[in-house]
Amino acid sequence: MNEKLSAPVGRVPSPGEAPFSRGEGTSPTPELLIFARGLSKSYDAGRVRVLDGVSLEVMPGEMVALLGSSGSGKSTLLHLLGGLDLPDAGELTVCGLDPRDEAHRLQLRRKHLGFVFQLHNLIPDLTVQENLRVPALAAGAPHAATLARIHELAESVGIGHRLQHRIQDISGGERQRTAICRALMNSPQLLLADEPTGSLDEETGDTVFNLLRHLVKTRGIAVVLATHERRYAEQCDRFLRVRHGRIETT
Amino acid sequence: MRFLALVFVNLRRHKLRALIGVAGISFGVAAMLTILSIVNGAIGMFERILAVDSHSLVFERNVSDLFFSSVTNNQVGELRGMELVESAQPLLFGLVSSPGHPIITCFGVEGDNPRLAKAKWRFGRPEDFGKIPNAIWLGTRAADFLKAETGRKIAVGAGEFVVGGIFSTENGFEDGGVFLPLADAQKFFHREGIASVVAIKLRDQAKAAEFARAVAEKFPGLLALENREFNQSYTQFQILNFTAWAVGICAFLLGGLGVANTMLLSVFSRIREIAVLRVCGFSPGQVSGLIFGEATVIALAGLAVGFALGFAALFALGHAPQFHGYVQAVVKPAMIGGIVATSLFTAVAGAIYPARFASRIQPAEALRYE
Repeated sequence: MNEKLSAPVGRVPSPGEAPFSRGEGTSPTPELLIFARGLSKSYDAGRVRVLDGVSLEVMPGEMVALLGSSGSGKSTLLHLLGGLDLPDAGELTVCGLDPRDEAHRLQLRRKHLGFVFQLHNLIPDLTVQENLRVPALAAGAPHAATLARIHELAESVGIGHRLQHRIQDISGGERQRTAICRALMNSPQLLLADEPTGSLDEETGDTVFNLLRHLVKTRGIAVVLATHERRYAEQCDRFLRVRHGRIETT
Repeated sequence: MRFLALVFVNLRRHKLRALIGVAGISFGVAAMLTILSIVNGAIGMFERILAVDSHSLVFERNVSDLFFSSVTNNQVGELRGMELVESAQPLLFGLVSSPGHPIITCFGVEGDNPRLAKAKWRFGRPEDFGKIPNAIWLGTRAADFLKAETGRKIAVGAGEFVVGGIFSTENGFEDGGVFLPLADAQKFFHREGIASVVAIKLRDQAKAAEFARAVAEKFPGLLALENREFNQSYTQFQILNFTAWAVGICAFLLGGLGVANTMLLSVFSRIREIAVLRVCGFSPGQVSGLIFGEATVIALAGLAVGFALGFAALFALGHAPQFHGYVQAVVKPAMIGGIVATSLFTAVAGAIYPARFASRIQPAEALRYE
């Protein structure tokens, strides 16, 4: 792995952003990256209950796995944590912001969160470099700084030589590495990864998982990883078993 | 990569779909340019017929068309006698037919009409105008399509006339028309002692308003207008202009529907991609901007293609022998501005619903979308 991995991320804290410190109790404390209490989510006018009173706390730099089978509710939980969907009930604070608020959601996605999906969800017909520019474009980041960041990230995950290739011209593993780079573009505090190895063969999946873990540890980013593979969950700092919309085991 | 690159990437990806949108706008642009230019050209030609060596026009009050206006020979004489007037040229408009050519404009003018002296004569001389018995004079294009030669007879209406001369005035209507001495024209059209309009040259052009007041006092049934006033107020010109814009805007509405359809398909086919943009931090406004950007690019491409098509059509129509030189397109800057504005407005209006739809896409729901 490239030595640049050990370089500090160097994100400038947002105005008013509190430094994190460990705390206790059931109310959100400044040091918690994710504070969720009693999150519930139903679809189809309440007929399909996907999440049922889920609570979760994640500290900065922590790698937490949500282990569960398909349909257990882990992806929905990730969507709620990332503000992609809204809970029907419960309390939720992510990076000190309320994902239910549109302005906070936008701020979360632009500054604090990175997403990695099972399907890479890159934009076809754009090059790797152009895909990596998308988050910076949304945030209005300066061109030169963005280019430097793209090169640094791409080199660190071994796709520096692929920057000018179009997405359809690179391998599945390279696409997922590109997706990870895209998630890290705006130097987030938290990465939400939904089955990032799910569409890859075992060997490539291992490579991507190890890369993810390495990036997290060297850059101090917290990760919530949804997976159905126990071997990946066991390599995280801790894992939570999700079943029938509830967290069963910690 | 800038924001525009994202705009272009989707257009590049669905070339055929983008081309359909471009075609919709370009046909609207071409139609509007062609129609407006031809109408403007026709109005300009008619204005020049009336404005040869004159400052004001006198015609019958409250007539919808100058062809129906009547100014008597006596009134012409009295106008000539007015102190403010240097010269007064009566004109009688009429329509004649010839085998194979059902409508030819006929101008009844006096022998000293300045347009005769200013014309370029292919055959004959201006001094002979009105001095050859049973003769008719032809514009060059009329001579061409009537296959007429000087001295030979041609059939016009119920009679036959000797071609007294052929001349060119650089005015499509006159070049495609025939000329009779005023008295002969009055007799031919059964309007003895009548002119349609009188072109007035004033001794002092600054006194046009004073002349108009004097005409109103002396001839309550007549109206005197400065050439500029006439061009702005003549109902026929207004109707022509209105019709041209109406037809052009209808063409644009069709183009707008094309753009709306293109943009809707564009949004529907990449709901998941738009969701990813939202996940990456794009605001609803930025997503809308992307859609409006695509519509604007389509409109700009449509404008370029449409102007190229329109100018090509105008060139072809202007040189088509079938039109006898009647098509003399006049392109005005305001018209170009209007077409550009209408085109952009149409494209942006067509993108409103797709942009609204795109900006409301919920990422979680869209990411489940296949």
